[in-house]
Amino acid sequence: MNFDLKKKTRIGESIIQGLLFFAGILSIFITLAIVYELGKEALLFFNNPDVTLAKFLGGTTWQPGIGDYGIWALVSATLTTSFIAISISLPLGLAVAIYLSEYASLRALSILKPVLEVLAGVPTVVYGYFALLFVTPVLQNIFGNENIQVYNMLSAGLVMGIMILPLISSMSEDSLSAVPRSLREAAYAMGATKIEASLQIVLPAALSGIGAALIVGISRAVGETMIVAVASGAGPNFTFNPLQAAETMTGHIARISGGDLSYNSIDYTSLFAIALMLFLVTLVLNLISQWVVNRFRERYE
Amino acid sequence: MNTNNYYPQAQEFQKELNSRYRVASIWQSLFLFALLIAVLSLTALMYNVIDGAFGYIAYEYKNDPSEFTSTPVNELTQEELLTILQSNLSSGAYKKLNNEQAMQTRSQADLLNLFLERLVQVDTKQTWTMTESIFQREKILQETASNYPEARIEFRSWLTPQFLVSPMSSRAEFAGVRTAVLGSLWLVGIAIAFALPIGTGAAIYLQEYAPKNWFTSLIQININNLAGVPSIVYGMLGLAVFVRLLEPLTSGSMFGISDANGRTILSAGLTMGILVLPLIIINAQEAIKAVPDSLRQASFGVGATRWQTVWHHVLPNALPGILTGSILALSRALGETAPLIVVGASTFISVDPDGPFSKFTALPIQIYQWTTRAQSEFHAIAASGIVVLLVLLLTLNATAILLRNQFQRKY
Repeated sequence: MNFDLKKKTRIGESIIQGLLFFAGILSIFITLAIVYELGKEALLFFNNPDVTLAKFLGGTTWQPGIGDYGIWALVSATLTTSFIAISISLPLGLAVAIYLSEYASLRALSILKPVLEVLAGVPTVVYGYFALLFVTPVLQNIFGNENIQVYNMLSAGLVMGIMILPLISSMSEDSLSAVPRSLREAAYAMGATKIEASLQIVLPAALSGIGAALIVGISRAVGETMIVAVASGAGPNFTFNPLQAAETMTGHIARISGGDLSYNSIDYTSLFAIALMLFLVTLVLNLISQWVVNRFRERYE
Repeated sequence: MNTNNYYPQAQEFQKELNSRYRVASIWQSLFLFALLIAVLSLTALMYNVIDGAFGYIAYEYKNDPSEFTSTPVNELTQEELLTILQSNLSSGAYKKLNNEQAMQTRSQADLLNLFLERLVQVDTKQTWTMTESIFQREKILQETASNYPEARIEFRSWLTPQFLVSPMSSRAEFAGVRTAVLGSLWLVGIAIAFALPIGTGAAIYLQEYAPKNWFTSLIQININNLAGVPSIVYGMLGLAVFVRLLEPLTSGSMFGISDANGRTILSAGLTMGILVLPLIIINAQEAIKAVPDSLRQASFGVGATRWQTVWHHVLPNALPGILTGSILALSRALGETAPLIVVGASTFISVDPDGPFSKFTALPIQIYQWTTRAQSEFHAIAASGIVVLLVLLLTLNATAILLRNQFQRKY
């Protein structure tokens, strides 16, 4: 008997492996394509004689008609709505996370988890409807019609906070449950009450994961489009007053690109400059949060 | 040693303990309050949508129905309606309608709508939400009587079977979501046909083949990042690449099908595919990770190659997880609006999409359009559209959960 036990080259296997490798690196090409395409059009925008980088990054009026391209007119609204959203969703999401991971019984979990999952699964355009036709009228009742505009950043920010709440609570809950049981038991053995163990032992131990949740939350808020497109106003406005209407970066892209737009016009290329900025900001935020999560993971495994 | 120095007196101790418990209960009620807000928000959202989809409507007939027929409107039969439409519509308009769908095959409800829309011309004066209609009934009736003495008033459900099967219309009373739902299905179909094979392939590569080196972790980090890129950025990518760069392909002019522009279902579907690709990869990776190593080793042990192991043992075991992940990605694609706006969904289309190269609209786009209109009757159909969208999403998610429970294996 004579077997050939040498490794055979199998052409079929190699082809399949090649295809799988291609599928694997396609995501890299997607990122490169985003950077290249957005960068190319953004360069066209900055090559325009009307535009200087200093004016773009320093100006506070955005009026393409008269050659004013100050990004702060849009950034101010993005910052305001995101700030409102985070100041709603961080404390609430954290409280929900602590309750779910430290207090809730199995039965409570089986009811509450689906609620949060549904909240997370509602399309953002539906949140937009909710913001414009439910929250805004409520706010008008509270502040009085003359003090608050129909389109306002407060309503968009609040609803965005509700939208982000499930994200923050589920990420925070993951990091809270990853804290080893021994830490809690040590705290109980020292005579700590449940809340003392939760707030003084478990919470600090999970802080990096919660930080990551916060950063992802910010990145979601900055990139959210439909809620602000529907509820926060159509027109750049440099203001930090949440009762006023102002257009965010995303809302501006959605409104302008929704109309008839001729390619190679400065309106068209300016959208790519805004999108590039959005991409870079969210990229940095996501990288930071991943770095934080990875460090945190190493500690307990 | 005197222990009394270390422990407070019993009374003091009890006092301190009580105050610690008080603090604990305050915190706990704060946690419950946060939960309550989450639950209330969801309730308010659902209530808001349902509230908008039903309610009183006050409308006038521009032309009295008696000008066309002596039979009361509600008792008109299909044949009667056909003759009325045929004799009163201009022959051009009739032919156009006939081309969209043969008049003889249309249902009585459909024809009645045409009669009311084209000939009688219903003119909506005002609409009210369900809550207003129930609690301020008297006021509404009075207001209508004084403001619009000619108007008829009735309680209307905007969400009707007719709403599901009617195409778009510029008049809210007759608009439906058929074109939008079909557009959404096309989109989601193309997106998943693109992203599922590539995403699964990428996941297999990363879990089963990739060497542990910097390049693999670069791919991994990159995928996690792509999952966090705002959807509108994907829209811009789609606009630049699919709509403009690949226009000959996506508009169908390469195949001689149409010479329209690249703002087609195909462009939007591919954009959506790229958008959900990271989600599918991450979910598929989790599913493949959950397949125990003993299976692989047993397979290698009897002499199977790597691909044979993957194809015959890893994939069948990971399949339920991969499918569940894909359904979740699908529901994400179904609800996405922003990239579609950027890629260029048409806002007014009354013809069903008939292929990947047709212009399109989608359900979330219609909801967005209707929500941003000023007239309240459009808000009512936006609410009805939302109900349709949410029901579709719930069905999808329920399927995913069933699938997960059905095939969940414990190793």
